[in-house]
Amino acid sequence: MQAAETFRHEGYTGRIIVVGDEAHTPYDRPPLSKQVLAGEWEPDRIVLPAAVDEMLSVEWRLGRRASALDLGRRTLTLDDGEELDYDGLVIATGARARTLPGTESMAGVFALRTLDDCLALRAALTAGPRHVVVVGAGFIGAEVAATCRKHALAVTMVEPLPVPLGRVLGNEIGQVFADLHRDEGVDVRLGVGVDRIEGNGRVERVVLADGTSLDADVVVVGIGVIPNTEWLEGSGLELGNGVQCDEACFAAAGVVAAGDIAAWPNPTFDGEVMRVEHWDHAFGQAAHAARALLAGRDEAEPFAAVPWFWSDQYDRKLQLAGRPRPDDEVRVVEGSLDERRFVALYGRAGRLVGVLGMNRPRHVMQLRSAIAERISFDDALAQF
Amino acid sequence: MRVVCDFDLCESNAICMGIAPEVFEVRDDDFLYILDETPPESMREKIEEAVRRCPKQALSIAED
Repeated sequence: MQAAETFRHEGYTGRIIVVGDEAHTPYDRPPLSKQVLAGEWEPDRIVLPAAVDEMLSVEWRLGRRASALDLGRRTLTLDDGEELDYDGLVIATGARARTLPGTESMAGVFALRTLDDCLALRAALTAGPRHVVVVGAGFIGAEVAATCRKHALAVTMVEPLPVPLGRVLGNEIGQVFADLHRDEGVDVRLGVGVDRIEGNGRVERVVLADGTSLDADVVVVGIGVIPNTEWLEGSGLELGNGVQCDEACFAAAGVVAAGDIAAWPNPTFDGEVMRVEHWDHAFGQAAHAARALLAGRDEAEPFAAVPWFWSDQYDRKLQLAGRPRPDDEVRVVEGSLDERRFVALYGRAGRLVGVLGMNRPRHVMQLRSAIAERISFDDALAQF
Repeated sequence: MRVVCDFDLCESNAICMGIAPEVFEVRDDDFLYILDETPPESMREKIEEAVRRCPKQALSIAED
């Protein structure tokens, strides 16, 4: 939708056709694990304004899936056989939730990616389950656990890593999240994976790798996503971890990609190939990709970005800008981990590469700009 | 052009501050302050971007 909006904003007056496999009018996903799941908001509140903006004059193909791409003939084929010609194509087919093998048709086992997922899980949580097991202590799992506690439900969160988010934030900071959830009454099991989920048509228990058996009537699986690239196999586009693009987000002549599906070399991080799954990134990259498509491949600018996202858990707001790694140098420069209100800086090779704030949004945004300007780690530290 | 923030929706994500620090400031109390409610026309593009990028759709522009 952001690409469509950008095309119009830039003065493009030709046809725009939007294809989407979900039947719903395009909507905002972050509230699916927060306000909508908690029952505080109804789905009509998350419809994207651009999706109902008639000024954009978009032609819709909703509830239909793109099934094949012919780069030579510049045509897109949909699952019902319709063939669409294009002058320019934006690939934004995103990603889908990873599932635990063998549980796809088991009642009581949920993923959380789409509005339908959210409403199904919400109904299950409202029905008053005795015990919820959350598989994965990443951001989705953690937000679901927090929402369950808001409803005073018994929750166990299972994570194979020894520290939640350790691979993203490092172990010292990740530990803050383990402690936060424990203090809020979540039974957090770390360093142990799920061996199998048992039940006869409906989930009854989760058996962990160490043999522990947890009774469960609702299981929420939050173990990451898989880019939706299968429909592009054989198209000639370079696929791997998503659709491989150049610096300006072009995947081929007349074809750009944006959002969860797009891997591109990010100039802000010395050309490191990234695929970013954040809300804000999808907007920024789609706008860039749309402008690149209008400009043409020779004129298009590189897409330089500092990824940013937020997560709400209980009364804590986490915000992360940049691209930290677990072996970066980490310094807490404001507040403290104990009070769970802090700013932490991540440095690598003398450069500021990440900033994490817990209930400190101001500093995160200021330092996000500093990361884009390639400030040194020492200069960043000197600001505090 | 008048910048309007629905403070019931605003969660101080500070995206707007990143785009237009001349107009939006999230202070140490974690609240958003609008520094200039009627910014000059030259700011329009940035303000429109801030409106679009607000994760809570809390911002809007009033023409009055």
